[in-house]
Amino acid sequence: MAEVLFFLAGIGAIAGAIGVVAVRNPFFSVLALVSHLLCLAALFLLLRAEFVAAAQVVVYAGAVMVLYVFVVAYVGGQDEPLGPRAGNGLKGLSLMFGAVLFIELCVATLGSGLQLIDSNGTPVPDDFGSAQGIGRLLLTTYLLPFEVASFLLLIAAVGAVVLARRRGGMSSAEDQARYTAMDLLRPAYTGTMAEGVGGRRRLPAAAAAAAPAAPAAPAAPAAPAEDA
Amino acid sequence: MDIGWYLAVSALIFTIGAGGVLTRRSPLVILLCLELMLNAANLALIAFSRMHGNADGQIFAIIVMVVAACEVTIGLGIIVAMHRRRLPIDVDEMRELQG
Amino acid sequence: MTALKFFAWATLLAPLAGAVLISLVGRRLPGRGAGYVGTGALALSFAAAIGTLVKLQGLGEEQRQVVAVAWDYARTAGVDAQLSLLIDPLSVFMILVVSGVSALIHAYSISYLDSDAGYVRFFGYLNYFVFSMLLLVLAGNFLVLIIGWAFVGAASYMLISFWYRRETATRAGIKAFVINVLGDVGLVLGTFFIFKHVGTVDFLTTFEKAKTAFEPGSADLTAGCILLLVGAFAKSAQIPLHTWLPDAMEGPTPVSALIHAATMVTAGVYLIARMHPLFELAPSAADVGAIVGCLTLLVAGTIAIAQTDLKRVIAYSTMSQIGYMIMAVSAGAYAAGLFHLMTHAFFKALLFMAAGSVIAAMAGQQDLDKMGGFKRAMPFTFGCMCIGGLALAGIPPFSGFFSKDEILLLIGDRGGWYWILYAAGYVGAFLTGVYTFRMIFRAFYGEPVREARELEDGHLHHAEVHTNPATGEIEDTEVGFPGPEHHIAERELSMKFAMSALAVLATVGGFLQIPKVTHVIDHFLEPTFHDSALYERHPSDGLLAFGLVLGAVCGLAGIAVAYYVWVKNPGTSERVRLRLAPLYRLFVNKWYFDELIDALVVRPARWFGNFAQQTFERVVVNGVLVGGSTGIVRSGSSAVRAAQTGFLRYYAALLLLGTLGVVFYFLVAA
Repeated sequence: MAEVLFFLAGIGAIAGAIGVVAVRNPFFSVLALVSHLLCLAALFLLLRAEFVAAAQVVVYAGAVMVLYVFVVAYVGGQDEPLGPRAGNGLKGLSLMFGAVLFIELCVATLGSGLQLIDSNGTPVPDDFGSAQGIGRLLLTTYLLPFEVASFLLLIAAVGAVVLARRRGGMSSAEDQARYTAMDLLRPAYTGTMAEGVGGRRRLPAAAAAAAPAAPAAPAAPAAPAEDA
Repeated sequence: MDIGWYLAVSALIFTIGAGGVLTRRSPLVILLCLELMLNAANLALIAFSRMHGNADGQIFAIIVMVVAACEVTIGLGIIVAMHRRRLPIDVDEMRELQG
Repeated sequence: MTALKFFAWATLLAPLAGAVLISLVGRRLPGRGAGYVGTGALALSFAAAIGTLVKLQGLGEEQRQVVAVAWDYARTAGVDAQLSLLIDPLSVFMILVVSGVSALIHAYSISYLDSDAGYVRFFGYLNYFVFSMLLLVLAGNFLVLIIGWAFVGAASYMLISFWYRRETATRAGIKAFVINVLGDVGLVLGTFFIFKHVGTVDFLTTFEKAKTAFEPGSADLTAGCILLLVGAFAKSAQIPLHTWLPDAMEGPTPVSALIHAATMVTAGVYLIARMHPLFELAPSAADVGAIVGCLTLLVAGTIAIAQTDLKRVIAYSTMSQIGYMIMAVSAGAYAAGLFHLMTHAFFKALLFMAAGSVIAAMAGQQDLDKMGGFKRAMPFTFGCMCIGGLALAGIPPFSGFFSKDEILLLIGDRGGWYWILYAAGYVGAFLTGVYTFRMIFRAFYGEPVREARELEDGHLHHAEVHTNPATGEIEDTEVGFPGPEHHIAERELSMKFAMSALAVLATVGGFLQIPKVTHVIDHFLEPTFHDSALYERHPSDGLLAFGLVLGAVCGLAGIAVAYYVWVKNPGTSERVRLRLAPLYRLFVNKWYFDELIDALVVRPARWFGNFAQQTFERVVVNGVLVGGSTGIVRSGSSAVRAAQTGFLRYYAALLLLGTLGVVFYFLVAA
């Protein structure tokens, strides 16, 4: 029984993984990952890690993937050609890399001759993997990593807010509209380091206006006022 | 099941994730592939934890999940900022490190 | 002893302090403040020099060679380098002359350069120069001597090209400096030759060891002494290194008076006198010195007869008189040569000062052809010029008579082929009389020119547009120009004071060493020269009397000829010029020395520089070495740069590659 479940979950996980990589539409990649995560949770259950499996489903598949879905919806997942546009031979190279990596890892893990007492693994204590056991460990032996992890989450939250906010803040809808319109007029790469160091070959025709107009990033917000 | 099987699955998923990172062009999908790699590592950790009978691996896996969540947050924040600036969402376009 | 050393250091350091003070705060002093500070420093220096003299004479005869050491520079490679001064009668004699005449010239310059934009700079430079000259003469070892030598050369360069916007001035400064550097090389190489055998650079130790370290007629010693002579000739403007001195008249007149008459050009004489033990052990080198000195005095005398620039006449006269001095100290007449050095300082500085006054009255014009008849307009200047001229021509009882005759007397006393030098000396005396009074008669006698007439009416001539008299280029009035105001002696108190002091000294200075009557200089200098075989000489009375009479006769004959040619029959000089046209051309072109040096030295050097630039610099250095090394670096870096593609995925791939490597390593190592 356990074997069957293992194979089902394993194949599902691998299929999901291949789906993430091979599918063109990012939305479908996200869905593939969700299925992969669920299968992985099943695998965890098979390994007597109930709490981790639950956390996987609730936190990972439930929260992180939902975040992904939101972002894909906002950004707009365009279909993209799979092959690398620049960097010839990257596809073949990466396939080769992958194969080599896989072989190495298998050799590393399997070839070392894992000693198991029986195919089911060592006998484990009763609260192994349960919420009780994990909780006890988290609050005694691994208290410091626990606290540091929470700190890291705080930093990530603040960072996300900082990254995604608009510059300057919006006071009214009319400002918002004006800003958006100006945003459209402002060509790509304005305010970037590339512009600062002096023009890029991929700039559109507005490069002539952008490059001399904004010699430094701080001048960029003022540049539209001059240009427009 | 032999722990070895789980480890093989983990290795395969890791490899698929690495290939995806190298191959795909959209940063969103690259992040997803990163998630794949992290999950593969998690699976390996849990497997070893089961093998040794020690719950430390599971704690490690939980912490890895936390870190993955943070990283996803920041990564997606960057992608949102890129989209806000009307930059193309394509890692081959982000080439300022060239030279 | 310590009071003596204190006075010696004070003499040396007062001008240095003056220079530093003037450089730092000179601009903030009102009016002529910088001038007074400079002169004050020099006055202090002179007072300290007198203190040194008094203290030195207070010591016993045997002890009058004191070494004052400040600190050790280094004791490596067998060289004992110290900052040491040698205080002995020779150096005290020199510092008295240098500081005294310099103080008077500083006083003269206070008003002479009053309206010059570079007034402060001038006094800073001048004080620095006096410091260097004092360092040179007070040096106690070869190292400090070379340092002082080099400083003096640098000060000379700075002062010759003082009005640095004038192209002639800067070119003259460079010429002087380059020839001086040649002399420096000779000096350093000569020092090395001597050091090689003696093993020390200290003077007194060297002189003691010289007798044992060198065998008689040693080639090394002769070579070393000849190299020292090269240095002396460059600094003292002897043939063939003399071409810089006439051009050095581009500097302001006080500079010419101080550096190119009284002090710097006498450094060569001092050098030979100081090194007399070495020269006496290498008689061939001394003979070379005597011959060159004799040649110089003749050649310079002939050139001076044909020159038309007032200051250049006096410059060639300086060259000629220094020829006398070099001849004297090379022949062993040390006291006589130094006595002539002293009197020459007096009357030559006086002549330059008077010439400066005349040039100021001419609003910067120096051409004798344009001067005339200043006698009534500038009586004081005329008087000073006459006193200087009489002293220069060697007319009794002025100082030049006694000093020049003593030199020639002692040279005649040497006998042998020195009789040729003796005769040449008197020919030179005749020539001296001619050119000196040619200058005086042309400038002061005859029909007064426009400037002189204006001056008689009380109005000092000014030029409307200031141009360089020599080339006609418009002057840069900001810095490269001797100020819009000109100052003549009749109107300025400090100029009168300085010139009067020098006139008195030029008149009575000779009485220090009247033959058979007073021997002040002889006795004073004896402790320095007591080890010289040539010092104690007693020429016969007959020769003495003959020489005195002959000297006076030659001088008076020269004056008479000049009077006849330029005052009595004004057309004579043109007729003589036409009759002896080739000779005249030779003299006017300064014996073609400039052209010779140009062809022999300047052109090859320029060609070589061109070649070095075109071929060596461009091809080898720029192309191979610089280009090659940068090319290697550039290609290497571009090869490395190929890895910086900027593609995120390349970097990820590299990361994975690294991971592979690590896993592989652990696999293998396990």
